[in-house]
Amino acid sequence: MSDIGISTKAMGKPGATFSPMKVLKGLLPKIDSKAILKNALISLASIVLFVLLWHLGANYLFNIEATAKIEKARTEQGAEAAAQMEACILSGDVSCQPNTLPSPQQVIVAAQNLWADHLSISAKKIAFKAKVATTNADRKAQGLKPIKYTGRPSFIDQILTSIKTVFAGFLLAMFIAIPIGIITGLNENLKTAFNWLIQIFKPVSPVVWLLLVFMIVKTLIRDPELDKSFIIAAISVGLCAMWATLVNTSLGVSSVKTDYMNVAKVLQLSLGKKIFKIIIPSSIPLIFTGLRITVSVAWMVLIAIELLAQSPGLGSFVWEEFQNGANDSNAKIIVAMFVIGIIGFLLDRVMLFVQQSVSFETQ
Amino acid sequence: MSENIVEFKNVSKWYGEGENRTEVLSNINLTIKEGEFLAIVGFTGSGKTTLINLISGLLEPDEGEVLFKGKPIKGTSHERGIIFQNYSLLPWLNVFQNVALAVKEVHPDWSQEQITEHTERFIEMVHLSPAKNKLPKELSGGMRQRVSVARALSMDPEMLLMDEPLGALDALTRGVLQEEILRIWSANRRTALLITNDVDEGVFMADRIIPLNPGPNATLGPEYMIELDRPRDKKALNSDPKFKEVRTAILNYLVDLGEAAKLEKKAEFILPDYKPMMPNSRSFPFFRRKKGRA
Repeated sequence: MSDIGISTKAMGKPGATFSPMKVLKGLLPKIDSKAILKNALISLASIVLFVLLWHLGANYLFNIEATAKIEKARTEQGAEAAAQMEACILSGDVSCQPNTLPSPQQVIVAAQNLWADHLSISAKKIAFKAKVATTNADRKAQGLKPIKYTGRPSFIDQILTSIKTVFAGFLLAMFIAIPIGIITGLNENLKTAFNWLIQIFKPVSPVVWLLLVFMIVKTLIRDPELDKSFIIAAISVGLCAMWATLVNTSLGVSSVKTDYMNVAKVLQLSLGKKIFKIIIPSSIPLIFTGLRITVSVAWMVLIAIELLAQSPGLGSFVWEEFQNGANDSNAKIIVAMFVIGIIGFLLDRVMLFVQQSVSFETQ
Repeated sequence: MSENIVEFKNVSKWYGEGENRTEVLSNINLTIKEGEFLAIVGFTGSGKTTLINLISGLLEPDEGEVLFKGKPIKGTSHERGIIFQNYSLLPWLNVFQNVALAVKEVHPDWSQEQITEHTERFIEMVHLSPAKNKLPKELSGGMRQRVSVARALSMDPEMLLMDEPLGALDALTRGVLQEEILRIWSANRRTALLITNDVDEGVFMADRIIPLNPGPNATLGPEYMIELDRPRDKKALNSDPKFKEVRTAILNYLVDLGEAAKLEKKAEFILPDYKPMMPNSRSFPFFRRKKGRA
């Protein structure tokens, strides 16, 4: 059918000769390579511009900081010390570098260092495992806990911990928010009962949630073996992020189309079937929109919460680097910033994909 | 055979209360005989859907009563299948699942095979077997309405209610589906009520046509019997003098109604007693523009 349609179309044009290439072109979905190239070029140009501006800005700040340092040395210790400081800064000695916004080169070096650090720590871990393998086997036989590697975590370990925390928090948010959302969406009285709670606690800052969770968890969990800071971080993340899902689920459940409810009435579905066959499926798109927002919020508050809860992860990494004040600390913080941004973006993309695949409406 | 299956006794239905009360149907008396095909034609917004929802049980009358087989209608029932105007398919279920959901409800004691067999039979009846695993969004309007027809018929209702089932379809698909519905209906001759705004459709399909005078306060007009032999042939009908006669009669009645409604509407407009506001006559002096700036 379609073959004929296309070939006649090609031949129907005045002066058009029939060629297999034309048929092929018509059959295949048209890929606009020009537009793709154009978009890629624009993105590339904007990245280059961004890096350039960053570089210039960093240079400018470096100069201000360096001048201030030299002037300080001059006023406090005299011209000789100022000349010494200037020479020291120019030589690139780490002991006297101005502490300011790192340049792109420094950030790239820091990223490479973090990667090298990760490799060396992984190697150490493997070596440690091999070393304690026999001891651990013995301990296992005796019913004791195996000896674990307790060294410093690498940057990659911190990222994985953060993702784990966010995932735990997200699951918690899902298991609290969706059932409550469904219940409040179904029952007007329960909605009224929950409404003040939702309205008041929704805007509460992540920091306050953390403190609240800390108060409760500290009292409840006395087992020193458990990773308390992880639990606190995950619960706080969940509590901060669940509101979008809760409100969206409630809205989805309470605003099922009258058409679908009429179908339920005409088929005389029982209450359980009405909920599981009509109400929940029809609110799935809204629930997933809520979950997508929840993931973004969870990732955003995670950093602040980890920072305060002293739970290992990107947040505490950033804070430790800031407190550390080493020469490449600032560059490492910028690396962490990019990593946080990219992971957040990827999480959002994954959720967008899931959201689109469960949507039954016409695109 | 000629027993009354549905009876309307002085039925009125209104929406809202107090000053906002709009009476949609007023004092409707109607009987539908078992096995007959009744069509109700009327303008959009004349209360046709309200009328059919009173029979389906989705609405209850505010005055009078609606009887089904001698008993007042309380809520919906599997005995009265309905084909909705906007198909009302569940978009997350495919064709088979949409129909099977209804079959399972009507026959909760059936095995999975029985349900599958029954469902597939009705999907085949509306010629949708090749599309049975498709979601509603992948179907055309005509196909969706077929699924809706299959779903209503699969419940094997004693009475089939059709609320402008073909209103949203193009003329060609409409004709095809009209014939299909008639074919399926004539197989077991259940009572059918068709609500439509298309007089031709009503005359082609029904045994009896009653126009609904436009609402608010809609009442039923005189009934027209369609004494044409079945099965009816669309092409032959167009030149049939009986068909022409009854069609013209109904159309004239409706057109006259429409004119009357227009005249009535004209008389209703009363302009509010407002006077235009002149410049510099505002009551707040500080809003006044300073002289010379304007």
